[in-house]
Amino acid sequence: MTTWSDTALILLVLTDFSLLGSTRLGACIRFVAFQGVLLGVLTLTAHEEMLSLRSVTLAIISSGLKGAAFPWLLLRALQAANVRREIEPFVGYNLSLAIGTVALLASLWLSSRLPLPSPLVSPLLVPVALFTSFTGLFLIIARKKALTQVVGYLVMENGIYAFGVGTVPDTPLLVELGVLLDVFVAVFVMGIAVFHISRQFDHIDTDQLAVLKD
Amino acid sequence: MIAALLLVPTLTGLLCFALRADSGRRAVLLLAALVHAGLTVTTWWQLPAPMLNDWLQLDAPGRVFLTITSVLFLAAAVYSLGYLRQETHVTRTDIEEGFLFANAPEATFTGCLLLFLAAMTLVTCSHRFGLLWVAIEMTTLVSAPLIYFHRHHRSLEAAWKYLMICSVGIALALLGNFFLAVAATNPGGEPIPLVLGDLVREAAHLHPTWLKAAFLLLLVGYGTKMGLAPLHTWLPDAHSEAPSVVSALLSGALLNCAFLGILRAQQVCSAAGQAAFGQDLLVGFGLLSIAVAAIFIVGQSDYKRMLAYSSVEHMGILSLGVGLGGAATFGSLLHAVNHSLTKAMLFLAAGNILTVYRSKSTTEVRGVLHVLPTSGALWIVGFLAITGSPPFGLFLSELTIVKAAIDQGRVGVVAAFLTLLMAIFIGMAAVVLRMAQGTPPDRPQPLTSQSESLLSTLPAAALAGIVLLLGLYLPPFLTQALETAAQALR
Repeated sequence: MTTWSDTALILLVLTDFSLLGSTRLGACIRFVAFQGVLLGVLTLTAHEEMLSLRSVTLAIISSGLKGAAFPWLLLRALQAANVRREIEPFVGYNLSLAIGTVALLASLWLSSRLPLPSPLVSPLLVPVALFTSFTGLFLIIARKKALTQVVGYLVMENGIYAFGVGTVPDTPLLVELGVLLDVFVAVFVMGIAVFHISRQFDHIDTDQLAVLKD
Repeated sequence: MIAALLLVPTLTGLLCFALRADSGRRAVLLLAALVHAGLTVTTWWQLPAPMLNDWLQLDAPGRVFLTITSVLFLAAAVYSLGYLRQETHVTRTDIEEGFLFANAPEATFTGCLLLFLAAMTLVTCSHRFGLLWVAIEMTTLVSAPLIYFHRHHRSLEAAWKYLMICSVGIALALLGNFFLAVAATNPGGEPIPLVLGDLVREAAHLHPTWLKAAFLLLLVGYGTKMGLAPLHTWLPDAHSEAPSVVSALLSGALLNCAFLGILRAQQVCSAAGQAAFGQDLLVGFGLLSIAVAAIFIVGQSDYKRMLAYSSVEHMGILSLGVGLGGAATFGSLLHAVNHSLTKAMLFLAAGNILTVYRSKSTTEVRGVLHVLPTSGALWIVGFLAITGSPPFGLFLSELTIVKAAIDQGRVGVVAAFLTLLMAIFIGMAAVVLRMAQGTPPDRPQPLTSQSESLLSTLPAAALAGIVLLLGLYLPPFLTQALETAAQALR
């Protein structure tokens, strides 16, 4: 179980770096889809006990939503918006990768400062979850296209989900499903908003959304 | 009972998407609001039985916030009957830039409005932290289409910012929930269920470091939604671009719901003996919010933004009151009631002014008292009430908070609080009085005294009446409910 979890966590870090360094929106969406599948694997392997009905259900639903439904919605929004790449982001790609490295080190340090009451499947889990959340937050702040910001929101959510799946074994299924449903509706509403932004402005650059201020 | 409170708005909300006729939808909206208010009133005789292993139950704070939400929704429903009548099926000219735009379909408006009520009801009766999170995120998602009711680029910008900023904030609150779950793992025993009652009962077994980290994340997350500075940036945009009736609900009901999330977290913290940690943070955020609001209210050129910043101010006061603790907690809860009613009334009056003057600029609107006698009077009454002038309810609640702070000997806090309130009073007085008095501007068609429909003035007038009443006489049942709620937080 530990080997599987470790592999999934390391691949999660690699996809985070790919997201930080990628200019193509379509590729970004596919990386997020891959993260969704990895989270499904993590759900199944995060706990020592045998596979329970609960974890299998959760793994199927979460990887179905995060690995297939969200990317499909986002790819449709991408087609409607008719854009291919993120050009001139607020923070350049090399700098983004450098910041990502620093963030990874910071997450490792931070998780060493927060001792967990009970041991986890892998010591990598908390730092990787924190790093993934940070990557998502950074993408929201540092990228200009509305669609990349939605991708960032999903990456952030993935990091938090990884933390939850790994550390809290007995969250009731109902709550987990509620969370997934909320994220689903969020991506749906955001996708509609991206579509409206592209129609209203002929592009999806959020730096043009700057009329309202004091 | 709780099931009925949740199902009525959910089902009628979904029904609105299916109905064809506008008139049918409006009738459903009004009917659902009336039924919901009726059900809420009955909870004051007897608290409804808990459901789903205590996940859903109505306690004293929850009932207070549910009642505020329900009363405001009823007022908003009556007001929107008149509002929708003048808004439908026409292409309209934008009041600021003069382009043409259409509105979202009316089904989206009424449907989302009712689902918004359902989500807020769920917030007030969730005792399971995960469910509370789900409900608060739901309020964001169903209210975003309401902000984008007028389909033009400014409201789209406001809705996008609202969605993005609140979603990120609430995602942090989700991390806070997981941290809380880690704090509740209870090594050597069964994990404590994340239900408010259980957490408070077994608070001594919570892991202190993780609990503190969880509180911080929940405060930041729900604080974003509540509009505490410096996380308030979505709020003025959303409130200025949304239809006034939606602003009234956002400001009066939704911000309170997020505040309830913070109260629940604080309740667990103080049961675990970590009250001081949370209180210091709340006082800090509170004073910062009031200060930021004061800076932006003085010299504000858009009167709906001014009301939005006033909401930031009052959320700061709520946070400050709970942070001071003791008698100020009672004051803070009373203030939540008073602020909601007053702010909703001001937004409804602002909506009437906006409809006739077609301008949100504080310098272009003149002579409201002359053109719209009732709304103008309500505008002035609302200003006096919101700035805490006697004899309105807000005077009483602010005084309670100040008195508690003096009793605790926190002179610095009192001095800062009163100075900022003074600055806000002067800033708002300049804007409101200038708008109310003077001669109406010369337009192509000069504005003359207009008769106002009862639908547009009655809800605001009713709310004003309640605020005045609460200032003169606090009914014993309310005092008792607020006392019980405040007791839980000590």
